[in-house]
Amino acid sequence: MSVQKAVQSEYALQQSAYEPSAEDFVFDKSIDIYTDRNYASVGFWKGVFTRFFKNVRAVIGLVIIVVCMFLALVGPHMNRYGYSDIQSVYDQETGKEITARSLPPRIPWLHRMISGEEYQDEFADRTFLFGTDSLGRDLWTRVWYGARVSLLIAFVTIFIDMIVGMSFGLISGYFGGFADDVMQRFVEIANSIPRLVIVGVLATIMPKGIGLVIVALLLTEWIGMSKIARAEMLKNKEQEYIMASRTLGAGSGRIIFIDILPNTIGPIITQMMFSIPTAIFTEAFLSFVGVGIMLPQCSIGSLIEDGFNNITTLPYQIVPPILVLAFLMLAFNFVGDGLREALAPRIEDM
Amino acid sequence: MAADYSQEPILKVEHMKQYFKVSSSFTVKAVDDVSFDIYPGETYGLVGESGSGKTTIGRGIIRLYDPTDGKITFKGADITGKLDKDTFKLLRTKMQMIFQDPMASLNPRKKIGDIIGEGLDIHKMYSTKEERKQKIDRILAMVGLAAEHYDRYPYQFSGGQRQRVGIARALIMNPELIIADECISALDVSIQAQVVNLMKDIQEETGAAYLFIAHDLSMVKYISDRIGVLHLGRMLETGTTQEIFSRPLHPYTRSLLSAIPSPNPRTEKGRTALEYDYATSGLDYDKGTLTKVEGSHYVHGTAKEIAEWMESTS
Ligand SMILES: Nc1ncnc2c1ncn2[C@@H]1O[C@H](COP(=O)(O)OP(=O)(O)OP(=O)(O)O)[C@@H](O)[C@H]1O
Ligand SMILES: [Mg+2]
Repeated sequence: MSVQKAVQSEYALQQSAYEPSAEDFVFDKSIDIYTDRNYASVGFWKGVFTRFFKNVRAVIGLVIIVVCMFLALVGPHMNRYGYSDIQSVYDQETGKEITARSLPPRIPWLHRMISGEEYQDEFADRTFLFGTDSLGRDLWTRVWYGARVSLLIAFVTIFIDMIVGMSFGLISGYFGGFADDVMQRFVEIANSIPRLVIVGVLATIMPKGIGLVIVALLLTEWIGMSKIARAEMLKNKEQEYIMASRTLGAGSGRIIFIDILPNTIGPIITQMMFSIPTAIFTEAFLSFVGVGIMLPQCSIGSLIEDGFNNITTLPYQIVPPILVLAFLMLAFNFVGDGLREALAPRIEDM
Repeated sequence: MAADYSQEPILKVEHMKQYFKVSSSFTVKAVDDVSFDIYPGETYGLVGESGSGKTTIGRGIIRLYDPTDGKITFKGADITGKLDKDTFKLLRTKMQMIFQDPMASLNPRKKIGDIIGEGLDIHKMYSTKEERKQKIDRILAMVGLAAEHYDRYPYQFSGGQRQRVGIARALIMNPELIIADECISALDVSIQAQVVNLMKDIQEETGAAYLFIAHDLSMVKYISDRIGVLHLGRMLETGTTQEIFSRPLHPYTRSLLSAIPSPNPRTEKGRTALEYDYATSGLDYDKGTLTKVEGSHYVHGTAKEIAEWMESTS
């Protein structure tokens, strides 16, 4: 009995403590319930950058590429030697020109510091970071000059992939039907001719040199990209969001390049990054076999060829160009891998 | 909702056919000789089993497909065949579509504001950036989203919110006919009601007509003024919701209606789902025609069949 009473009195206490009024049942308009701050708007590219820079290997790759680009631009100008200048001194006594043939790498001040002696030949005061080649040209200058060619090839490849390969694939996939059939047969034919055959034919009809390498790449390098772009287009064009664009009156150009392209950019950039090392290697290979760059110009490939000829007697000559080539290929692969991982997680953004 | 039957129909579909050539020897007749009208401000529900051709009709009307045969008139303009510039613009603005999959129908790489504003961009329906933003903000508010959702991406929304974005994208063009193809099937049941109510509110406000395509008969009953029952690409029965639900004539319609569960446990217990199998039903759709029963109630069949069905239901 008393328990019940206690409960009642407590209830009464609560009642008197708070009297609900009509106001309590009016919505509080001061709080905007539509504002949810759980999701800040993180842009797609911002997410890509964050993920990319979290990836150590990708960053290392990027650093290597940037350093190589910097040295390719500045390296040849860091000393007085031109890439085709043969280093020599005029010997007053004999009246002969003495050329700096096949010198190993030398840094006079470092040599002095370590051994306490000076070099004892005519070039005692000259610095050759990578040494000189068998004609007496500075290898440091030539290696970075050659790296320019490799990087030029990289940019040409980007251009070919983006303009030719990507457009070809996107358009072929988008229009489908007869246009696609014709375009795909063309790809198959182009793809079935080995690159070396194309180079062989080209070498008979045009002068050897960097131009030939670029034409050879132009004829073959876009194929892989066009396949990727076409597959991506086929995957995307039947999606409802494309139908939505069409019911709003979007034209083909808008649908291909504004609506679909951003959705295919991940695989496309990745493919591009992986095709760059192949192209650089192709140039090196073509120069190595002698249809690429012509003397006295040089590229990484022709430098490796020179070094290879002397590998038994002067092994240090082949090391710098091979290292630069290896680092560049590795770096583009790292960056490609990093970009693929940074661009890929579409599951997360679904 | 005020369907205005005194006016000319906003959409007239006459003998629409849509055949898909699958191989040289085989053609799918996805839609075969279908005719119906939709009046301004009306909601016309299209029901039928999977594969009956509902989606194909919707996409044919809005010209995502080119219909094989038949005539479709929208706001007095013939929208079959090759479209001239004005007709194209009329079709692409005044007729809009709400899609089935709220995820797949939003471009994952675009901000909500740009998705909704795409129609404005294509038809250059604004003179300043501010005007564009204003228009989009107004539509966002109308479908119950906030202005700060403008800069978000589709993945940051729930299914129901995404479908609101899809509705907003259609609404911004001030459409007079909206085709909604199973636009609620991918949503949770509680959200379905929300979205359907939103669509009803919008209809009240804008006077738009709907072609509402759905599996779910109870939802169709709730939203539609008139209903068309589709089977194997044919229109089997059409009439007002009242006519169809109170006196379904065609055995296929009756089987569809009998499959709706009843909320009342007593009647639910006594409900028997009728079976319908075209192969064993003895009907031949090729022989029948769509015949008027009374009012706006039409049923497809031969005179003999229809008389039989009328007999058994009166
Ligand atoms: N592009 C096409 N090519 C060939 N056949 C098609 C094509 N589109 C649809 N069909 C066929 O047309 C018929 C009708 O398909 P439709 O998508 O219109 O059905 P639906 O009523 O919308 O079905 P659901 O309820 O499953 O969405 C189906 O048999 C389908 O296989
Ligand atoms: Mg469908």
